[in-house]
Amino acid sequence: MTSVVRLGAASLPVAAHRPLWFATRASGSITLLLLTAAVALGVLVSGRYAPKRFTRFEISALHRNVSVLSLAFLAVHIVTTVVDPLVPVGWVPALVPFISAYRAPWLGLATLASDLMLAVAITSAVRLRMGRRPWKAVHWLAYAAWPVALFHAAAGTDTHLDLQRGLYAACVAAVLAAVWWRLYRAGPGMLAGRLSAGVVAALVPAALGAFLASGPQGVFL
Amino acid sequence: MSDAQTASGVHTLLIDRIACDGHGACAELLPELIGLDEWGYPIVRSTDVPGELLDHARRAVAECPVLALRVEQKHR
Ligand code: HEM
Ligand code: SF4
Repeated sequence: MTSVVRLGAASLPVAAHRPLWFATRASGSITLLLLTAAVALGVLVSGRYAPKRFTRFEISALHRNVSVLSLAFLAVHIVTTVVDPLVPVGWVPALVPFISAYRAPWLGLATLASDLMLAVAITSAVRLRMGRRPWKAVHWLAYAAWPVALFHAAAGTDTHLDLQRGLYAACVAAVLAAVWWRLYRAGPGMLAGRLSAGVVAALVPAALGAFLASGPQGVFL
Repeated sequence: MSDAQTASGVHTLLIDRIACDGHGACAELLPELIGLDEWGYPIVRSTDVPGELLDHARRAVAECPVLALRVEQKHR
């Protein structure tokens, strides 16, 4: 954080940058929250979640709308990042993974996650014309986008804050609960497959915990 | 689309029984034409989609999680 202030003071008054800086943080956090909700709701749809008080199409409509909303916040997050003079990221590195000179691996994760989300969203918009299998194959990329986005977020400057850590923990808990519920419900067949999927899912919090304990977050800004 | 809508009976409802997972969303959205059996799989009461139900039928098609439902225009 201090280096940011120094960097900013060199060119423009620090205060002039702060709204964008905070906008990037806020929009990023909301994107992660909504993406988490979209993934968890998607898992509920696939698992044929049918509570008494909701119809199924309401849950899938919620899944769809929350997904679109997450893309809107993702767009804000990307625009404020590129526009912010404190963060030297241009349009091309914001869209093509792993070519940014700036915070290369972490920004690469962010770009990868958003490209995956874009692929999922675009194919979903035309899914009636795509057919089930090709659409579904791409849609599974959502499972990859979510942890990638999570680790991009965890590498951020605010990860030392309790509130931010709480948000990440809640996101992990929500997706893990949904995935385990679905694996449990999918029984009784394919026990080995379901168990290993459950273990793989549990690796996300384990890796996140290890990552936070080793403390690389925040060292880039 | 408005032409097709007013001319009733020119659209047909098709269900891919192999793809259908019994999600039941179609019966929620198109109860006039689709019911569910005791396992939650759809029973089509009528494959003819009258004009006034065409929008609802299209919505049901878009909402089927596994794309097992289709509305096709009949060839005349
Ligand atoms: C980019 C944001 C999105 C994310 C992160 C996302 C995530 C997910 C996830 C994780 C699943 C569970 C897949 C499975 O295990 O089978 C899922 C399922 C589903 N998603 Fe999305 N999704 C997104 C956008 C959309 C959109 C825009 C639609 C609109 C058509 C959509 C429609 C569905 C449907 C219908 C299922 C259930 C598929 C099945 O049961 O086979 N998703 N989504
Ligand atoms: S919505 Fe699709 S999967 Fe669900 S019962 Fe209807 S046709 Fe089958």
